[in-house]
Parts: sequence; structure tokens; C-alpha cells
Amino acid sequence: MLYYAGQRLVLSVVIVMVAVSILTLMMHVVPGDPAVMILGPRATPELIEQTRVAMGLDKPLPIQLLTFFGNILRGDLGQDVFTGRPVSRIVFEQLPYTLILISVSILWSAALGILLGAYSALRRNTWLDTLTGILSVGTISIPAFVMALYAVLIFAVWLGWLPAIGAGRGFWDGISHLILPAFAIGVAWVGYVARIVRASMLEVMGEPHVRMARAFGLPERRITRSHILKIAVQPAVTLLGTGVAHLFSAAVFVEVIFARPGIGALIVSAVNERNYPIVLGAVLVTTGIIVLATLISDLVVAWLDPRQREGM
Amino acid sequence: MPETNETAQPETLVSVRDLSLDFDTLSGPLHALRNVTLALPKGRITGLVGESGCGKSTLAYSLIGLLPGNASIVGGEIAMDGLDLAHLRASEWRKLRGTRIAMIFQDPMTSLNPVTTVGQQMLDIQYRDRSSRAEKRAKAVEFLEQVQIPDPESKLDVYPHQLSGGMRQRVCIAMALLTQPDLLIADEPTTALDATLEMQIVDLLKELQGKFGCSVLFVSHHLGTVAELCDDVAVMYAGEVVERGTARQIFHDPAHPYTQALFECDPGRIREATRELPTIPGTLPDLRRPPRGCAFRARCPHAWPRCADEHPPLYLRDEGHDARCHLLDETEAVA
Ligand SMILES: Nc1ncnc2c1ncn2[C@@H]1O[C@H](COP(=O)(O)OP(=O)(O)OP(=O)(O)O)[C@@H](O)[C@H]1O
Ligand SMILES: [Mg+2]
Repeated sequence: MLYYAGQRLVLSVVIVMVAVSILTLMMHVVPGDPAVMILGPRATPELIEQTRVAMGLDKPLPIQLLTFFGNILRGDLGQDVFTGRPVSRIVFEQLPYTLILISVSILWSAALGILLGAYSALRRNTWLDTLTGILSVGTISIPAFVMALYAVLIFAVWLGWLPAIGAGRGFWDGISHLILPAFAIGVAWVGYVARIVRASMLEVMGEPHVRMARAFGLPERRITRSHILKIAVQPAVTLLGTGVAHLFSAAVFVEVIFARPGIGALIVSAVNERNYPIVLGAVLVTTGIIVLATLISDLVVAWLDPRQREGM
Repeated sequence: MPETNETAQPETLVSVRDLSLDFDTLSGPLHALRNVTLALPKGRITGLVGESGCGKSTLAYSLIGLLPGNASIVGGEIAMDGLDLAHLRASEWRKLRGTRIAMIFQDPMTSLNPVTTVGQQMLDIQYRDRSSRAEKRAKAVEFLEQVQIPDPESKLDVYPHQLSGGMRQRVCIAMALLTQPDLLIADEPTTALDATLEMQIVDLLKELQGKFGCSVLFVSHHLGTVAELCDDVAVMYAGEVVERGTARQIFHDPAHPYTQALFECDPGRIREATRELPTIPGTLPDLRRPPRGCAFRARCPHAWPRCADEHPPLYLRDEGHDARCHLLDETEAVA
């Protein structure tokens, strides 16, 4: 298991490095000089030259890439174009808001989705199974930002139960500000997870080892837990791991709609201001987190299933 | 030819009487078992043979209450110590499974839980025992030894996929025997294995059955294996038991034309390494509309008009040997 985890970790680092290289290259492939883009059309040639040197753009591309990696390793993601503050500090100020939002969304939707999916599979063709099926398909097809808009309109504006704007101060206020955005992001995932868990449960329930467990008179609850669920949740875990990427893009919309601080809101405003170092830094950190999430989900699957550990 | 040593009738453990079972299908009920009558004697191995689709597995599963959801028993009973297994509730079944009745399945590659160690699975099935974890572990090791698995202690921490097919089937046998059942059901336990492994497993089963003295229902396609292993044999055709007797009687004096066709009237061939049943011309009748008279009529070389009209009862051929064929009707022979 440890060996497997080590292998996966190395692979993840490689993935992040490749992603960063592609990102940096993309900055260069985009037509126009990044310095000009940063400074705007009215900049003087001297200023442009100055900025180019400051950004290291006068050096050959491989050197730039290496410098960039070196800087990343030292935690230096560059400076905010306008304020000159370090990008890393700005990004890590905003990151916790998004991380909390995404984690809470994942946790509640995975827990409810697994529960509903398992229940639908065990009680196939009951009214709850049918209802879950209909709701799943319904929620999956509604985008998170539409869900967010309706959530704001109904629960914040119309009923006035929950706050609509900001992240709140303090623990309880923070929680009440989390409910609507986390609901908007997570609700589609309840549907996804429920569908996938139900399908894989039904598949595993037909496997010979489940019948063998019954032949030994094992209690149904134990069969469900250690023979069926332990195998059937694996696709859902993988789905959630890769789904973190989608959650980040959902977070962009939801943070804007709820006027919440966070990486999503940061990227949107940085793009509007053409504050490229911030965009780059934020995307870089997000990429790292997405790769980390995939790594964690792979490790959870490997922990659940010994056959996966030897797959590599 | 009467058997002198078999005149003392052994006690019966399970008695299947007139068991009829339907599968609910889209095109109507499929009569998979029709008036099956069979006794499983205590401490003996009964072989169940017949072509694919004749209902062997269905009969085997009905003895442990693991029938698919669309199956329903429409008649008859399965008597075991005053219980009627044909009409047991789920909770009552759970008390019997893994205590008095155990089963070994066809495919050892998929019969064990792939995400749990062998040892944990062997502990899990002892969940009813009040003994300590160490005692349960010791018992698991003991039974892995019984099935001749080398270095049993270390196999406890191994996952099923790390074992070969033969080893996995040995683990399954160890698990089944560990529960000390009165009845062990084996549904083609060697079909998925190659010939050498098959012989090893059969020898092992024979040895362990002798040691533990349980009754065994052994379902197989392989006549050589049945001849090797079984004390008694029941031959099934199209959902019916068409012939019953001791292995000696069935193999040396097959009475039903179907049984004769299976052996191709040549008992010497049985021990050859034919792993599959020989193919008989024609096909099984449609079990949704079973024929009125004898089910084997259409494929039978000896069929005569009576076979079309009258369903043959089990005619006695010999002490403990009977068959569903009008040819055995003594009153006809006289006429
Ligand atoms: N769940 C089911 N639903 C409908 N029909 C079924 C079902 N299970 C079995 N059958 C049918 O019942 C008949 C008996 O099947 P069974 O599996 O008992 O045969 P078998 O003798 O064990 O064959 P094999 O040697 O191939 O294992 C077959 O015609 C089969 O198609
Ligand atoms: Mg079968």
C-alpha cells in the first residue's frame, strides 16, 4: 500500500509539472506580448522593456520555464500587477473559502448520494427508488449556477431564511452563509453519486461471492457492508475525485452569484482586470488541488480494494 | 443384479417429494422442476447428472434456499428433520445455512470476496461461535490444513486473487467443511478447473467426506467424476428425475434410454477423460410447454405410442433402483 502510494505521489508531481509547463507555454502562445497585455496599450516602449526584463521574458523559453519552476518551489508565484503584493499570499487568502465550500459540498452530496443509491438498489422498484431516479436525472441536468440563482431567490429573497451574500463572520454565521452555496453546488452530485452507486450495487449484488456469503447465512447487513458496498462505492469515489475539477468551475459561478470570497471570485475579477500573474497563480494552485483530489480518491479506492494496489 | 451390501437402507437426511418449481418469465411460467422425488441418504455422496438446462442447479439451490427471485415452488416438499425446506421463511433459512447446510459453487475465481482476506472470510463465517478470535483463527488454519493447502497460517493474510483457481476452490471447501454441515451441496465444483486439478479436488472431497461423514449432493457434467466419487446417482432430464439408483446400478445397468444414451451403452467409456456429457441428437423440450407423455420421447430410439399418451411413473427396476420409462412396466412385458 505504501509503495503504491509513493508511486502515485511521484506520478502526481509529474502531472502538476506538465500542467504548469503547458500553462506557461499557453501564456506565450497567446498572441501579443504578455508585458504589453499587462501594461495596456498606452505603455511606453521603455516601460514595456522594463517589465519584460522584470518578468524574465527576455530570456529563452527553457530558462523561463526553469526559473518559473524554481520560483514555484520557493513558493513565489509572482506579483500582483497593480498592488505588487505576492500572488501566493493573495491566492492563499482566498483559497480557504473555496476549499471549505467544495469540501462541504462534496461531503454532504457524497453521503446523501451513497445512502440514496444504496437504498434504491436494496429496495429496487419501491417508490423511494423511483423518486430518487427521477430527482437524480432532474438535478443532474440543472447547472449549478441555475440552482444557485433559484436557491438565492427562494430561500434568501423570498423566504428570507438564509443570507444571500458574503461568507459571514464567525463560526455559526459562516455556516449559515455556507448552506445555500453548498446546496447549489452539491445537489447535482447527489444525483450523480446515487445513480452510480445504485448501478454498481446492483451489479455487485449479482456476483457469486455475495451468493456464497448468503450460503453461509451471514447477516444481510454484514453482506451489504463488506461484500457489496465496499466494492460498489469505488466508482463513486473515483467520480468524486475527478469531479473536484467540475466543483471548482461550479464554484466560480456560485461565488460570483453569492458574492462570496474565494478562488472562483478571485479568478473572475483577475481576468476582468487582466491581472495575469494572479490568474496564473490561482489556476496553478487549483490544478495542484485537483491533482491532489484525484490522488486521494485513487488511494481510497486502493485502500478499499487490494486488487487496485497491484494494478500499477 | 441385487447388491448384497446395500440391502441395509441408510437413513435419509433430506427427502424431496414431488417438488415442482416454476420460473416466472416474460413468456409465461417455465416449469424447471416437475415432481422431483429424491432422497439424500445420511453420510453418502449423491451425484446429480443431466444435460445443461435440465434443472440440476435449480434443484441444488432449492435445497439451500438460494433460488432467484422469479422462482416459486408450486408443489411438493423438502423434508429435513421435521422441517419443510420448500416453505421456510428467510429468517429460518439463515439459521440453517452455514450451520446444517453448506454449499460449494462452480466458479472459485469469483466465489470469494475479492476485497477481504481469506482469513477474515473464514472468521466471518464463524460469527455464530462465541469462541475468541484466536480460537477462530486456529480453526481456520486447521481446516486449511485439512484441504491440504501448504503453509496455511500464511494464507490467512492473503487475498483471493493472490491464489490459483485450485487453491481458491480448496479454500471454499475448507470454509464449507468448517461449518460442519450435515448436507454439503456442490454445484459443479470442478467444472472451472483443469483435468489434473479436478481429480485432486475430487479425491480431496471423497477423503474429507469420509472423515466428516456429511451427506453430499454433487452436481456434475462429468460422468467419470461421478463414477469415481458418488455412492448414489440421480439422472435428471427436462426438470424431472428420470432414474435413481446406486452408482453401481446406474453405471452397470442403466435402465432409462436417456441414461443409456448418456453412456452410449458403453460403461467402459465412462472412465475415459470425457469432461463433458456426450451429445445426444435432438434438444431438450421447451420447459414452458412440457410434453404430455414422456419428456424424452422425441429423442428416444425406443419410443412407442404409449410414451406419447401416458406420463411414465418411476418403475422399480431393482431394490433401490427405479426409472421413468414404460419399457420397465412389467405388466407390458408380460403382454
Ligand atoms: N432465473 C431464471 N429465470 C428463468 N429461467 C431460469 C432461471 N434460472 C434457470 N432457468 C431455466 O431453468 C432451467 C434449468 O436451469 P438450471 O440452471 O437448473 O440447469 P442446469 O441443469 O443446472 O444446467 P447447467 O448444467 O448448464 O448448469 C433452464 O431451462 C434455465 O434456462
Ligand atoms: Mg447448473
